[in-house]
Amino acid sequence: MDQTTIFVAAVLAAAAPLIFATMGETLTERAGVVNLSLDGTILMGAMIAFAVALNTQSVLLGFGAAALTGALIALVLCFLSLSLRQSQTAVGFVLALLCTELSSFLGAPFVRVPGPAVPFLPVPGLANLPVIGPILFRHDLAIYTSFLLVPLVGWLLFQTRAGLTLRALGERPQAAYARGVPVVPMRYLVTVAGGALVGMAGAVYSLDLKQGWSYRHTFGAGWIALAIVIFGGWRPWRVALGCYLFAALEIMALRMQSVLSGLPTQVFQVAPFALMIAVLVLVNLAGSTHMSRRIGDLPPSLRRPAQALVDRLAAPAPAALGQPFERP
Amino acid sequence: MQVSVHNLSKSFGSVRANDRLTLRFEAGKIHGVLGENGAGKSTLMKLVAGFLRPDEGVIRFDGRDAALRGPGDALRAGVGMIHQDPLDLPAFTALENLLCATPRSAIASWAEGRRLLVELAGRLGFTVEPEMPVARLSIGQRQQLEIIRLLARGARVLILDEPTTGITAEQTRALFAALRQLAAAGNTVLFVSHKLEEVAALCDTVCVLRAGRLVGEQMGMPVPQAVLLGLMFDTAVAAVRGAEAPPAGDGGTLEPPVTRPVAGEVVWRLEGVTAREGAVTLRNLNLEVPAGRVLGLAGLDGSGQQLLLRLLAGHARPDTGRVLVGSTDLTGAGSRAYRAAGIEYLPADRLAEGVIGALSLSDHFALQQTGRLVDRRQAERAAREAIAAYGIKATPVTPINALSGGNQQRAMLALVPPRCRGLACEQPTRGLDVASARTIWHSLLARRADGCAIVFASADLDELIEYSDEVLVFFAGQISPPLPRAQLSVARLGELIGGVGFAEGGTT
Amino acid sequence: MQSTEINRPREPQQQPAMHQWFETLRLPLLTLTGALALTSLALLSTGVSPLQAYRILLFGAFSSPGRSSDMIMLAAPLLLCATGLILTFRTGLYNLGVEGQLALGAVAAMLPLRLLPDLPAPLLWTLCFACAATGGALWALLAAGLRLYAGVSEIFAGLGLNFLASGLALYLVLGPWRRSGSASMSGTELLPRDLWLPTINTLRLAPLAPIIAIAALAIVWWVVRRTRWGLELRAVGLNPGAADRLGVPAHRRIAQAMAACGFLAGMAGAIQILGVFHQLIPNISSGVGLLGLLVALLVRADPRWVLPVSVVFASFTVGSVQLPLALGVDSSIAGVLQGALVLFALLARGLLARPG
Repeated sequence: MDQTTIFVAAVLAAAAPLIFATMGETLTERAGVVNLSLDGTILMGAMIAFAVALNTQSVLLGFGAAALTGALIALVLCFLSLSLRQSQTAVGFVLALLCTELSSFLGAPFVRVPGPAVPFLPVPGLANLPVIGPILFRHDLAIYTSFLLVPLVGWLLFQTRAGLTLRALGERPQAAYARGVPVVPMRYLVTVAGGALVGMAGAVYSLDLKQGWSYRHTFGAGWIALAIVIFGGWRPWRVALGCYLFAALEIMALRMQSVLSGLPTQVFQVAPFALMIAVLVLVNLAGSTHMSRRIGDLPPSLRRPAQALVDRLAAPAPAALGQPFERP
Repeated sequence: MQVSVHNLSKSFGSVRANDRLTLRFEAGKIHGVLGENGAGKSTLMKLVAGFLRPDEGVIRFDGRDAALRGPGDALRAGVGMIHQDPLDLPAFTALENLLCATPRSAIASWAEGRRLLVELAGRLGFTVEPEMPVARLSIGQRQQLEIIRLLARGARVLILDEPTTGITAEQTRALFAALRQLAAAGNTVLFVSHKLEEVAALCDTVCVLRAGRLVGEQMGMPVPQAVLLGLMFDTAVAAVRGAEAPPAGDGGTLEPPVTRPVAGEVVWRLEGVTAREGAVTLRNLNLEVPAGRVLGLAGLDGSGQQLLLRLLAGHARPDTGRVLVGSTDLTGAGSRAYRAAGIEYLPADRLAEGVIGALSLSDHFALQQTGRLVDRRQAERAAREAIAAYGIKATPVTPINALSGGNQQRAMLALVPPRCRGLACEQPTRGLDVASARTIWHSLLARRADGCAIVFASADLDELIEYSDEVLVFFAGQISPPLPRAQLSVARLGELIGGVGFAEGGTT
Repeated sequence: MQSTEINRPREPQQQPAMHQWFETLRLPLLTLTGALALTSLALLSTGVSPLQAYRILLFGAFSSPGRSSDMIMLAAPLLLCATGLILTFRTGLYNLGVEGQLALGAVAAMLPLRLLPDLPAPLLWTLCFACAATGGALWALLAAGLRLYAGVSEIFAGLGLNFLASGLALYLVLGPWRRSGSASMSGTELLPRDLWLPTINTLRLAPLAPIIAIAALAIVWWVVRRTRWGLELRAVGLNPGAADRLGVPAHRRIAQAMAACGFLAGMAGAIQILGVFHQLIPNISSGVGLLGLLVALLVRADPRWVLPVSVVFASFTVGSVQLPLALGVDSSIAGVLQGALVLFALLARGLLARPG
C-alpha cells in the first residue's frame, strides 16, 4: 500500500463521525429546524455510548444508547422551541453548553478507561482488491455505515415521497399543512431522528475513532458539523464532501506536524472555516439579484457558463429554516 | 359533491367574520361568492376547506356532517382550496409539487404523476410541464398546477379565492374554460370574487356576503349588476341610481390618468412611472398631488393601490420614470430621503410595520427626538399632549401593543411630525369603530388644513366619497382618471372597483 | 429568530397581594426548582450529597481571599462580554462570535507588548486596551458585514470567525510568537512582571480589571437607558421594519451594536492577557464568551441583573474547582448548573407565556 492509499483510507475513517452528525443535521434543517445543540449532543452520545458499552460489553447497545441520548436532547429542543415557541437558537445553544458540561461531569469515572471498540471487519474478498480494497473495504461496521448513510439520506430527501414531505416542512410548512401534513408532529419526528444520528456520531468517536472517553473528547466537532451542513448547502453529497475535505485537512495537519515541525500547520486546521465563510459569501451573493444583473451585463458567450456556475453554487437554505410555524 | 353549511359562525376577536351563514352549493355547478373586502368570503371558504374551525354551526358534504380538524380532513373528503397566493412550494418542480404529500392511493408512482400531470394539463388547456421549477412559473400557472394537484388527489369540490388577481387575460380564459369543463363533469366549483363581470361570465349561481352576513342567497344567474352592487355595498337607493349613472355604462373604456394642471404647490409628481411588485404592475403612471389635496385610492386589495402608496413613500422603487417630491427628484432614493423631504407613510398593518409594539408612546416620541440623549420629560410631555389631542386611551408608558386598534392608529398618526408635507396612508381606519374613524379623519383633515397632501387607500366606499377631493380607482394594475368627488356615488365606485368600464383583461 | 416580549393588556389589579407576589415569583421559582432538580439528579447519580456540593459551589469562591480574587478575575472579563452582549441582544442579534472577538482582542493586545515593550507601562497598557478593543470591534464588524452584505447569519459567521480567531492564536503561540527553545501549547513567554496590570501581591487580583468592567457596565447601562442610540437599538431589535419607517437606520445600528460588543469583548481579551494569564495561550478565551452568552440569555439583556448574575456564575465556576478534592466529583457541575438555569428559564418563560 502506498502513502496515498493509506491517507485516503484514513480520511474516510476520520470523517465517519462527521458524516453521522452532518447527515442528522441535514435532515433536521431540511425540515426547517435548527438543532444548534450538536456539539453537546455528540459529547453526550460519546460518553453514554462508552459507559453503556463498557458496562454491558456490547458495542451495539452503546450505539443504541447514544442514539437514544441524541433523540432525547432533540426532543427537549423540540418541546421548548416547537411547542413552547422559544427561540431555536437560544435553546440549541444552551443545550450545547449544558450537555457538554454534563458529559464531562457524568463521564468523569470513565476518563481514559480502556473499553470495548467496534471490531475491525474487512469485507471478505473485496478487501484484497488493489487500491480500492484498502481504501473502502478494510474498515469496521460504523465506517461502512457512514459510507451508506450519504446515499441513503440523499435518496430519502430527493428520490422519495417522504423526502418531498420532509423538505416541504422546511421550505414552506404552510404548504405542507394545506396538504394535510401535521407540521409540528412531523418536525418533532424528523428532529428526533436527526438527533439520534447526531448521538451516534458521538458513539463513533468513543467506540471507534478515539476508542475511549476523556473530557471534551471531540471538542468542536459539533460546531464544525453545523458549519459543514451550511457549506454543503443542505445537499447530502456536498455536505459529505465537506466532511471528507475537513478530515483530509485535519489529517494533513497532523502528518505535517511530525514531518515538518515548525511549519504553521494550524493553517490547515483553520482553512476549512475560512473556506466555509468564503463559500457562504459566494453562495449568498450568487443567489442575489445583484448577481443576476451582473451576469446580464456579461458578453453573451460568457453569460450561459456564468449562469450555470452561479446556479450550481447557489444553495439557498430551506426557506423556513428556524422559523416557527404559523398556520396560513 | 354537494356542500352545505348550516348556521356557520366564526369570530376573530370582536369581529364576527361569519355570522350564522346557511348555504347550499349543488354539485355540477359553478357558484359565485361575492362581497367587498372584509365581507367574510375568505373566512367562509377557509372554514369549508378546513383551514379554520367554526365557532358554531356545521359543514356537510353530501349531507353528511364533516368535522374538519384541518385541511387534510377536507382533502380526504374531496374538498380542495386554491388560495389567492397559491400555497405551493417554489423550491420544487411542478411534478414534485404534485407528488408532495399526495397519498400513494391517489398517485402510485413518479411516472404516473408525470403522466397524470401532462394529461390533465392537456385536457384542461393548461401550460404547466412536469420539470418546470415552480419559482419560475407565473401566478396563473401556479394556480393551474394547484388545480391539477387537487384533481389528481381526487378533489370533487374546488374552492378558488380571487383567482383572477394577477393573472393574464389569456390565463383567465383558460381558467374559466377549465372550470366550466370541471363543473360539467360533476364537480362543484366555488368561485370567490369581487369582480362582477367575471361572476356574470362564469357562474351559475351567486350569493352575496356583507359584513359576515348572507345578504343575497343563491340566486340563479344572470342577476342584474345593479342588484348585486346594491347587495354588496348596502346601497339599495344608490344601486338604482347606479343603474342609470352615465359614465361607466356608456361603453367607453377608461383612459389612463393624465397630468392635470393644478394650482398651488405640488407635493408629489410622478412622471411616466412603471413599477412592479408581486403580481401587480403599474404602467406609465403620471400623477400630480398638490398640497392640501386628499386623494383616495379605491380598488380591491392588491390591485395596485398599495404599490402606489409605497412608491410615494420611497418604499418601492420605479423601474422607469421619475418620482419628484416638491421639486426634488427622489427617483430611486431610499425611504429615508423621502422622510427627510417631509413624506410619511402609514402602513395598514400597524404592529408589523408601523409602530414597535413593545415600546410605549413616550418611547416612540423619544425616538423622534434629535438630541443624543433621550429627554424623557419632553417625550412624556409630547406623549401626554398627543394623548390629549388625539383622544388616545393610554398612558405615556403603556406599551403600544396593549392598546386597541383605534388607539394604535391614533398613536401612529400622532407620531407624524408637524413638518410633514405628504401623508401616504394605507387603510387609515381599517378595523376601527365609527367614532374612532371619525377622530382619525378629524386629525387627518387638520393636517390637510395645514397644507399637507394626503393620499389614502381604503376599502370603505363611503369613506372614500366623504373625505376625498378626488378618487383614483385601481383595477388589476390599471388606474382610472382622477374622479372628482362631485361625480362619485357608491354605486359608481362599486362598478369601477369590479372592473366595469376598464379595458378587458387587465395588464398582460 | 428572536423571541420578542409579549405584553398583554393587564387585567384590573384586584387580586390579593399574595397572588401578585406569586405572579412575579413564578418565573424565578420555576427556573430555580428545575435547574436544581436537574443538577441534584446529576449529583445524586455520582453518589454525592447535593447539599454539600451546593455549599461549595455557592460559597467556595468566598472561602479564601485567593479564591475570591480568582472569582473577581473571572467575573471581570465575563462582565465585559455580557455587557457587550446586552447591546447585541437588544438589537436582536445572536452574537455567537463573542468568543472569537475576545480571542482576537487578546491577540491584538499582544501587538504593542511585543513591538514596543520599552514604553512606560501605563502607556503600554492603554495601547494594549486600545488595540484589543479595535481588534475585537473589527472582528465583530466582519461578522456584521457578512450578515448585512452577504446574507450570512451572524450566528454562523460568528462561529466560523471563532474558529479562525482561535486558529490564529494557536498559530501565533506555536509559530512566530513561540517561546525561545521549543514551541509549546502552554503559551508564549510570560510577560515581565512589571508589564502585568498592577496586581495585589499573593492574591492574583488586578483591581483595574473589575473597575474597567464595572465602568463599562455603567456606561452601557446609561447608554441603553438614557441615549437615543440605545433606544434605537431596542427598536431595531424589536421590529426592524417599523424602526426603519420611524427613521432609525437599522443597518447602521446593527453594525454599530456588533462593533460595540466586539469592542468590549476585545477589552476582555486584553484583561485575559494583562491581568489573568500574562501570556497568550491557545485557549485564551477559555469559554468566557460562551458563558457571557449564557448570562445575557438568562437576564434577557437587562443591565440590572448582569452584574449579580455574572458574579454568581463566576463564583460557581471558581467554587467548583474545589469539588474534586472535597467531594471527589468533577468540577463541570458548575457548568451544568449554569446551563440548567438558562434552560429552565427558557422553559419557564415558554410555559408561563402559554395562553390559559
